[in-house]
Amino acid sequence: MKDIDISNINKDFESRVRLGIMSILMVNEWVNFNDMKQMLELSDGNLSSHTTALENKHYLEVRKAFVGKKPETSYRATVEGKLSFQKHVEALAALIGKV
Amino acid sequence: MNKYENDITHIRQMMERSSTFISLSGLSGVGAGLVALVGCLLTFYILGEHQIDYFDGKPNYYSYQVIMQLAGVASATLILAIASGIYFTVQKSKKLGFPLWSSATRNTVNAASFPLVIGGLFCIIVTWHHLFYLVAPCMLIFYGLALVSASKYTHKDIYYLGVFELVLGIFATIFVGYGLVFWGIGFGILHIIYGILIHQKYK
Repeated sequence: MKDIDISNINKDFESRVRLGIMSILMVNEWVNFNDMKQMLELSDGNLSSHTTALENKHYLEVRKAFVGKKPETSYRATVEGKLSFQKHVEALAALIGKV
Repeated sequence: MNKYENDITHIRQMMERSSTFISLSGLSGVGAGLVALVGCLLTFYILGEHQIDYFDGKPNYYSYQVIMQLAGVASATLILAIASGIYFTVQKSKKLGFPLWSSATRNTVNAASFPLVIGGLFCIIVTWHHLFYLVAPCMLIFYGLALVSASKYTHKDIYYLGVFELVLGIFATIFVGYGLVFWGIGFGILHIIYGILIHQKYK
């Protein structure tokens, strides 16, 4: 059996929440905090701790803007984030397919 | 190993749910269809009252009064159909716990509105030229195009509904004079059938 390269499995994406955040950002441009929270069914604190972690790794960028008088935070995946996530997904697929 | 499979499933699900307008309710279609049928019957009634033979398929010069009555029925039908569409879709979105005005919703509305606005203008111009018998076919065709273009961002079934509307529109253009009948089938009956199908499928 061919050896599987698991070096592409990215520890940064191991949590379910981060998988969810990155999946959403792969197919949508800017997604705001509330939409993200609703789609992933998370609490404020939970979501923001994970987005901060992903931001620190430069996988996503943050935009803070005012909609009327309310501040609104939105997220977008960086090119680096998209590439890393792509590799991670490919590694997952390879693992499932070849074992 | 199971964890990886679950991960892949989760990724696929989140990608699909976040990029697809899944709150579109089948009941919206049923509501709009019923409204359309009532509008259609009212139109027949008004034309009958004024002894106008819609089926002759000739450019007609309707009186100002008839045009105003027909325009009233048309506007009421449009407003009620849209209102019922929005109402059931808002309900569905609440039930799913999914944001209603997401980027997927915006994409769907944008994709549909371009053909609809152009189609609307076109129909107004057609009316202005007194080519009343062409209004129904034009509405079917532009609506069909709008559905086909919006289907990229919502339930794929919408694509086929669009194709059916286009086919009806083409036939309505060939059999000029039967526009109102085709309109009733396209906007009334097809909406109801499709609405029920979609409602069953995405409960």
